[in-house]
Amino acid sequence: MHNKMKNGTIITIQNLIKRFPIGGGEFTALNGINLSFEKGEFSGIVGPSGSGKTTMLNIMGSLDTPTEGETEVLGTTSSEMTPRSAAFLRKKHIGFIFQTYNLMPVYTVFENVEFPLLLLKMPSSERRKAVLEALEWVGLTDKIKSRPPQLSGGESQRVAIARAMVKKPDLVLADEPTANLDAKNSHHILQTMEKLNKDLKTTFIFATHDDKVIKYLNRIISLEDGKVVSDESIKK
Amino acid sequence: MLLFYLKGLFRDRSRSLMPVIVVAIGVTLVVLMQCWITGVLGDMIVFNARFATGHVKVMSRAYNDNISQKPNDLAMIGTDELMESLKQEYPDMEWVERIQFGGLVDSPDVNGETKAQGPGGGMAVDLLSENSNEVERLNLESSLVRGNLPKTPFEVILSEQFAEKLEVVPGDNITLISSTMYGAMSITNFMVSGTIKFGAAMLDRGGMIADISGIRQALDMQDATGEILGYLPSGEYDDFEAAFIASTFNEKYSDTQDEFSPVMLSLREQNTMTMYLDMIDYFKSIIIGIFLVAMSIVLWNSGLLGGLRRYGEMGLRIAIGEEKNHIYRSLITESVFIGIAGSLVGTLFGLLLASLLTKGIDITSMAQNSTMMMQSVMKAKITTDAYYIGFIPGLIATVLGTALAGIGIYKRKTAQLFKELQA
Ligand SMILES: Nc1ncnc2c1ncn2[C@@H]1O[C@H](COP(=O)(O)OP(=O)(O)O)[C@@H](O)[C@H]1O
Ligand SMILES: [Mg+2]
Repeated sequence: MHNKMKNGTIITIQNLIKRFPIGGGEFTALNGINLSFEKGEFSGIVGPSGSGKTTMLNIMGSLDTPTEGETEVLGTTSSEMTPRSAAFLRKKHIGFIFQTYNLMPVYTVFENVEFPLLLLKMPSSERRKAVLEALEWVGLTDKIKSRPPQLSGGESQRVAIARAMVKKPDLVLADEPTANLDAKNSHHILQTMEKLNKDLKTTFIFATHDDKVIKYLNRIISLEDGKVVSDESIKK
Repeated sequence: MLLFYLKGLFRDRSRSLMPVIVVAIGVTLVVLMQCWITGVLGDMIVFNARFATGHVKVMSRAYNDNISQKPNDLAMIGTDELMESLKQEYPDMEWVERIQFGGLVDSPDVNGETKAQGPGGGMAVDLLSENSNEVERLNLESSLVRGNLPKTPFEVILSEQFAEKLEVVPGDNITLISSTMYGAMSITNFMVSGTIKFGAAMLDRGGMIADISGIRQALDMQDATGEILGYLPSGEYDDFEAAFIASTFNEKYSDTQDEFSPVMLSLREQNTMTMYLDMIDYFKSIIIGIFLVAMSIVLWNSGLLGGLRRYGEMGLRIAIGEEKNHIYRSLITESVFIGIAGSLVGTLFGLLLASLLTKGIDITSMAQNSTMMMQSVMKAKITTDAYYIGFIPGLIATVLGTALAGIGIYKRKTAQLFKELQA
């Protein structure tokens, strides 16, 4: 654990470089990133397609590791991370939201939201309560028995939010969550997430190039060609 | 958690129904073939036991050494006494004497000139004693095509085919030209009492059955016999029991230095029977092996396809914090359930089909040129093996197929697997 970490800082990224092997050579997707995130932020990594947003989110979410430099996420540093501790970190503390929802089609809405709690071995009565509560946050208590193919895009993404939030994680990473949604649904889910951010103090970090999302952010980190080109906080 | 996975498995037909059907089909065939082979080879053994080998057989050592020639000059002498002691020592068993004989069979015309002739081989059995079971054992009554069973020592039954060749009908006479036990020429007239269908191509070509007392006179074999066959009390061959009886008998009566001393062999120890018995086991392992490999490959491929479809789910589960080996194990667990379900269904179907085939299929026309001692009706037989044998390839194949398919998922880098989520 880094002592220089400020109280309330949940992520620090130092001199992060990520290279991918391509063909015979390498491609540098992230090139010298230095950033930190405080608890309760509602921030976005913004940039054109291919600028490295997803790669950043994956590294912060312990799904991928830096080539050089170091990250510390919720007390776990990248250098001392094992596959097992990474899995534990995701299981307990991190929720993911994707552009394509990624619900499991054979399971009901209830079961999709329940799954993270099963992994945490939560007793069934507690589980039920938590799932219903999470579905209430997103306004889908009337759909608990539906299967994902029966849901609209907006409803699907709300289920995905409930699934990410049900374990009350410290951090939610949302990768282009509105890319497949129309304006109305985009605003709806952004308002939902904004409210959860206020009520539960959950940190949200987005990867996006959608102006609708950007309007909600209270910090915008602009990425270009794997480099941070600006980082501004917005007082609201 | 397990319940959660099984729920998903059950709901996803392509993941559950398809592999279950594959396994069930394979297992059905394994069970069916197992019953079939057990039935056919089992019948072969029963047939051989009745006709040729008994459950145990006593011969002189020299006779046994030259068994293929049916050498009556090496037959056992003083067999009345030997029969008595066998009956005394093994009172529950049934002992019968048999003489294999051969020679030229000649059918004369009205003038006594040869009308037709041909080589014949026969078996002399006790047809006339009151307490003899040989007629039933050899199923002679119901195999009769024309005429009757012999009523006197000098009557014979010919195979229908042989009778046609010799141009004789029941009531006609034939002459058997052979040699006596002591090497002299023997010419004896017999009356053809009837004709018979052996159901084994080899016997149907030139076979005959005569009463043992007539053949004894013809071949000068009073108080002598080529073979004494013993049958176990249960009526069923038991390898262990037969081997035990044979070894105790040999210890007491057999003298390795004396080639005319009697020796007892169990069915398994006799010429080709070892092969038949081993063949059952051998075929079983081959069938299981073939289906194991075939099903594994099919399931491996369907597992790979299923896996491709499920990369999204795998990536998601990883993102949510499930460990890769946990995912891998859940796949294996799913496959165990599929294997059990498929094996159950397959075994059920296999037994059902096998029970329909226990009545048998007549293959006489197919076996026309065969020289194997085979019953013309082939039947399936359901033994206890049939109830579990399908589970071996059924279970192993599903688990193996899944394990192989799953390696792909396992070997993939987390980030890579996760990439497919975003595709
Ligand atoms: N696994 C990988 N192998 C090779 N190149 C990759 C891989 N992942 C991402 N990249 C490349 O890195 C760059 C940044 O990708 P990404 O982080 O997905 O961008 P964004 O999310 O901002 O669109 C892209 O040019 C992409 O092609
Ligand atoms: Mg992206």
